[in-house]
Amino acid sequence: MEFILFYIFGFIAVVSALLIILQKNPIYSAVFLILTLFSVAILFLLLNAQFVAAVQVLVYAGAIMTLFLFAIMLLNIKYEEKAFSKLANLKITGIFVTFVLFIEFMYMIFLRKGLGIAGNISPEKVAEVGNVELIGKILFTKYLFPFEVASLVLLVAMVGVIVLAKKKF
Amino acid sequence: MDYSIPTINLSVIGPEIIILLTAVSVLIIGLFPNYRRWSISIVFIGIIFAFYDIYYLWNLNQVGFDGMVLADNFALLFDIIFLIGTLLTLLLSGNFINQYIRGTGEYLSLILFATLGMMLMASTNDLIVIFLGLETLSISLYILAAFRRSREDSLEAGLKYFLLGAFTTGFLLYGIALIYGSTGTTNIYSILNFLKDGSVEIGILFYIGMILIIVGFGFKAAFVPFHMWVPDVYEGSATPVTAFMSAGVKAASFAVFLRLFITGFSPIISQITGILAVLAILTMTVGNVIAIVQTNIKRMLAYSSIAHAGYILVALTALSRNIESEFSAASIMYYILVYTFMNIGAFGVVIYMEKSEEEVLKISDYAGLGFKKPFAAICMTLFMFSLAGIPPTAGFMGKLYIFSSAVESELYGLAVIGVLNAVIAVYYYLRVVIFMYMKEAVLDFSYLSARPVMALSLSISVGGIIYLGIFPQSLINLLTNIL
Repeated sequence: MEFILFYIFGFIAVVSALLIILQKNPIYSAVFLILTLFSVAILFLLLNAQFVAAVQVLVYAGAIMTLFLFAIMLLNIKYEEKAFSKLANLKITGIFVTFVLFIEFMYMIFLRKGLGIAGNISPEKVAEVGNVELIGKILFTKYLFPFEVASLVLLVAMVGVIVLAKKKF
Repeated sequence: MDYSIPTINLSVIGPEIIILLTAVSVLIIGLFPNYRRWSISIVFIGIIFAFYDIYYLWNLNQVGFDGMVLADNFALLFDIIFLIGTLLTLLLSGNFINQYIRGTGEYLSLILFATLGMMLMASTNDLIVIFLGLETLSISLYILAAFRRSREDSLEAGLKYFLLGAFTTGFLLYGIALIYGSTGTTNIYSILNFLKDGSVEIGILFYIGMILIIVGFGFKAAFVPFHMWVPDVYEGSATPVTAFMSAGVKAASFAVFLRLFITGFSPIISQITGILAVLAILTMTVGNVIAIVQTNIKRMLAYSSIAHAGYILVALTALSRNIESEFSAASIMYYILVYTFMNIGAFGVVIYMEKSEEEVLKISDYAGLGFKKPFAAICMTLFMFSLAGIPPTAGFMGKLYIFSSAVESELYGLAVIGVLNAVIAVYYYLRVVIFMYMKEAVLDFSYLSARPVMALSLSISVGGIIYLGIFPQSLINLLTNIL
C-alpha cells in the first residue's frame, strides 16, 4: 500500500515539477508548483514525518505560494518573457549542472553507495514520543542557539523590508 | 532519549550580545527625532564594550550551548578583525549618513547586524549556525547595497546581489544537507570524529557536499568563476557600504574556510588541493588582468579585491596540502587583517574624493591630487603601495608570508604564478599614484573640505599597515599559536 502511494505521488511530483518549467504562463507554473509541494508533503507523510508534511502544506503551499501569485500578478509578464529569452546562453550551464545532479542521484540509487549513516531516531521512537513533541524537544534543547539566531535573521529581514519600502527617511 | 536544556553560558557570546543590544537600541532611538544624534555615539560605545569583552574572554577558551558556540582565540581574533572593519567603515560614513539617512538608525543597525552575522560565523562549531550567521550577514548587505533607493544603479546592485546570493544559499544548504546526510551530524567536531573513525566508508556524497560548501562561500568571497556580481555590486552600492562589504564578507568567509579545513574536513582536505589551486590561479589572474583596463576606481578596486581573494586562496591551498602548517593559517589571518586596513583605507580616499552624486570616480580625476590635497594623496599612495605589495607596507609582508607558505607546502608553481600576478598588479595600482603626482590637475578640488573624522579613519588604516609592515613578527607569533 505504502509503495503504491509512494509511486503515485512521486510520479505526480516529478511530472508537475516538469510542467512548472514547461509552462509559458507563470500562473500555470505557480499552480503546478502547488501540486508538486502537495505531493512532496504526502511523501513526507509516508516517511512518518507528519509535522513536516503539515508545515510543507501550510507554509510552502499556503503562505509562500500566495506571495508568488501576488508577485506574478503585479509584474509585467510580457517584459519577463523578453528577459528570459536573453538567458539562452545560460542553458548550457543549466544542462551541465542538471546532468551532474542526475548522475549523482543515479549513483546513489543504483549503487546504494555513500548513503551515509542512519540517524539515531527510529520510526518507533517517533511513534512513541510523538512527532511534534520530538521536534519541539530537539528545537528547544540541542538546537536552542540556532533557534534564537533564526529570530535574529527574521528581525533583520523585517528591518530591511521597511527600509526599502517606507515612503521617506 | 532524554533531552535537557543545554548549559546557557551567556558570557561565551558576550561580544555578540553587546553588538545585538547596540543594534536594537540604535533602531529604537531612531524613532525619537530629538535623540537621534546620539545614535552614532551609542554605536561607538557598543563597539568599545565589545572590544573590552573580547579582551576579557581572550585565552579563556570558553564553550557554550553544548559545544555549539566557541569563544576560542581564533573566533575572538576574527571578531576583532570584523569590529575593526566596522569601526573604520562607520568613521568613513559620516558624509553618507548626513546625505541619505538623516540620523535614523537603520543604516547603523544594519551594519551592526551584518557584523553580528560575521561574528556568529567565526565563533560557532555548527554548520547550521554558520548558515544562519551567513544569512544575517547577507540579508543586511542586500539591503545596504540597495540603500540609496532613488538611484537605479544602487537598486540594481541590491537586486543582483540578492538574486545571486539566494542562489548561492541554495548551493550552501544543499552542501550542508549532503554532509548531514552522510555523517548524521552538523557539528564540525563530530564530522571530524566521523572522518577519523573510518568505520563507515566516506561516500561521494560527502565530497560533493564539501565542494558545494566551498562553492557557496566562494561566491561570497568572490572566487573566479563565481565573481560576476562583484564589479556591479561594488560600483552600485554606496562607497562606505562597498568598503564594508569588500573587507568584511571576505574575512568572514575565510574564517569559515579555516574553521572547516582545520577541524572538520582536516583528514581528507588534502584531496581537494588541486581544485583549490585551480581556483586560486583563476581568481588571481582574472582579477588582475581585468583590473588593468578599468577606468572607474571603484570597479578597479572591485577587481583588485577579487585578485586579493586569490592571494588568500593560495595560502588556503598551501594549508590544505599541509594541514598541520600553522604558518599557512597564520599567513591567511595576517593577510585578512592587513587587507581590512588597506582596502577600507583605499575606499576611504575614494569616499573623500567623491562629490555628492558620486561624480569623481574616474582614475584620471585623481590627477594632480598630490599637490592640492597632500594628506589624502599620501594616504592613497600608501594604500596603493600596500595593495601592490611594496615594502615597507604590510601588504608586502602579507604577500611574502602567503607565497612562502606556498613554498613551504611545496607548491612552487602556484607560488611563481602568485608572484607574477603581484607584478601585474603593480601596474594598475601605481597608475593611480602616477596620476596623483605626475599629471596636471583637471579638476579643481575646492569642493573638498577637511573632514577630521574621515582623517582619523585614514590615519588608523595607515598606522595599521605601516606598523604591521615594519613589526609583523609579534603578530605572526601570536597567530601561529592561536590554533
